[in-house]
Amino acid sequence: MNFFFEVLIGGLLSGVMYALVALGFVMIYKASGVFNFAQGAMVYLAALSVVGFIEKGAPLWLAIILAFAVMTAFGIATEKFVLRKLVNQPPIALFMATIGLAFFIEGIAPMVFGSEPRALELGIVDEPIPYILERWNIVISKFDLVAAGVAAVLVATLALFFQYTRIGRALRAVADDHQAALSIGIPLQHIWAIVWGVAGFVALVAGLMWGARNGVQFALTFTALKALPVLILGGFTSVPGAIVGGLIIGASEKLAEIYIPPVMQDWFGGNFGGIEGWFPYVLALLFLLVRPEGLFGEKHIDRV
Amino acid sequence: MLYREAGQFKTSYAADQQVFPIRQDRIGVVALLVIAFVGIPLFASEYWFSAILIPFLIFALAALGLNVLTGYAGQLSLGSAAFMAVGAYAAYNFQLRVEGIPFLVSFALAGLTAAGVGILFGLPSLRIKGFYLAVATLAAQFFIVWCLTKFPWLSNNSSSGVISTQKLILFGRELNTPVEKYLLVLSIVVVMAMAAKNMVRSSTGRAWMAVRDMDVAASVIGIKLMPTKLLAFAVSSFYCGVAGALYAFAYLGSVEPDGFSLEMSFRILFMIIIGGVGSIMGSFLGAAFILLLPIFLDVALPFIANLLGLPFASATVSHIQITVFGALIMFFLIVEPHGLARLWQIAKEKLRLWPFPH
Repeated sequence: MNFFFEVLIGGLLSGVMYALVALGFVMIYKASGVFNFAQGAMVYLAALSVVGFIEKGAPLWLAIILAFAVMTAFGIATEKFVLRKLVNQPPIALFMATIGLAFFIEGIAPMVFGSEPRALELGIVDEPIPYILERWNIVISKFDLVAAGVAAVLVATLALFFQYTRIGRALRAVADDHQAALSIGIPLQHIWAIVWGVAGFVALVAGLMWGARNGVQFALTFTALKALPVLILGGFTSVPGAIVGGLIIGASEKLAEIYIPPVMQDWFGGNFGGIEGWFPYVLALLFLLVRPEGLFGEKHIDRV
Repeated sequence: MLYREAGQFKTSYAADQQVFPIRQDRIGVVALLVIAFVGIPLFASEYWFSAILIPFLIFALAALGLNVLTGYAGQLSLGSAAFMAVGAYAAYNFQLRVEGIPFLVSFALAGLTAAGVGILFGLPSLRIKGFYLAVATLAAQFFIVWCLTKFPWLSNNSSSGVISTQKLILFGRELNTPVEKYLLVLSIVVVMAMAAKNMVRSSTGRAWMAVRDMDVAASVIGIKLMPTKLLAFAVSSFYCGVAGALYAFAYLGSVEPDGFSLEMSFRILFMIIIGGVGSIMGSFLGAAFILLLPIFLDVALPFIANLLGLPFASATVSHIQITVFGALIMFFLIVEPHGLARLWQIAKEKLRLWPFPH
């Protein structure tokens, strides 16, 4: 039973890491209705620029600030040069443009900062917490716990930002109805630039966490693929959905990886590891059949 | 002046409904086919056949399949490579396990198998729409590739699912030169492209387009959503499946499941974006563009670097390739969202007036 809990908690904590990436998707989708496939690439860019600046001799805090500047500049440029020109295009066209954007980043980021995998030191060690190990004999990584804490702080900050600041109110207004927001004098393009900046910030946090854990390498772009099932499970428009979805996906994925392959082996013979790759998708898919708009998504009403 | 339909009167319904209503189009298509079937085999080199022409035709076929689903029926799919994989492995298994089955039959059966799998993964489209569906098709992509790797029966117990295809034998004759393979692929692609062209202008195609434009409105005017959407998934997967079988048998000869990656699905998606979403010809133009661009960059980049006297690493080439790819996708979506096919349309409009401006 200890083992079960260990897997469960490990899964929940890694789910938090997925949620970190998914948050970036939600931010942009909420405010501009763009499904930003480039979020994974942005995580990669953020982590890579932090490492790049550290290599150039900057201390960690400066590197993070510089990377934030890069992400903001990048977000604003994207808004100005790509999305603004695609206003009034169908959402699918915008989605495909962000796939193009993802490729663009994946090509240009390693050209600027170098492509070889590197480690990112944040000063948090990835080792089990002794107290829990002694008391319950469960291995819980310190690092994962810190990551979960960071995610919690991030979500709380974003929630407060959305709820209580002037910009946050404007963001929510834009998310509800572009035209109505424009008509009461909210500068739409301004707001979009801010949203992309915030998404860049979220990508930076995710990049720091993922980069410190797995090393800064091209595989960071695949974090987007981990975040997608989280998104469809939680609903594209919901911040709490991203968190809850992340927890569900993380936990069930790890449990499935442990408990399903042996069963399949009994049935068919052979080795059936690696179901992590598709299990979250199938789970999310089955879930969607019951609730097509995700857990917390807005119910969509079609009008002719 | 040359391209003008003035004076071409239709006197029967059959004439009015033909696929290419303008005489110049018909002449053009026939000329193109003559060049493809006779001209190219006479002049092209072996490299051209096996490295450019055969993959071009195969990817054009896959793009055609995706175009039916995404361009005509409006269901965005990110799993086309997986359906190609189904086709490739199905064809291999039919050849392996059914004694003396003709190749064309096994290709058709491979397509049907892919269509069946396509319907299965198309079922969620009845409940979910838009991006939710696009992400759901990723389930197909990952699940199918995983299955092909993990179930040894599907790849005849080879390690990590690699299959080496059987020899292509057609009417008792073994096809081993690139020219013969090219002609086989070309014939299949031409037949299937004509079928698609006809399908999209039939009542089926109109139903697809109605669903694409607004599915609620379509169901209000009496189009049954379920069969329409599932048919689109089936036809699309059939095309992808046949393309996959050809990819394995006529192009590579030996494939592994991981070769049919998400990246390949994206490549096929890019083909239809750049070629033209909702256009048969666009699938071909897009496939040509996406295949030729890397080859062009491979040649052009070192040349430019030499010219400028810059140091040059081969890793940089692949990075520049990806960057240019991404930039081009965005550029096309901004400048010409309807793709190369639309440019051709505009050219035709211009040709109508040329050389007189009025």
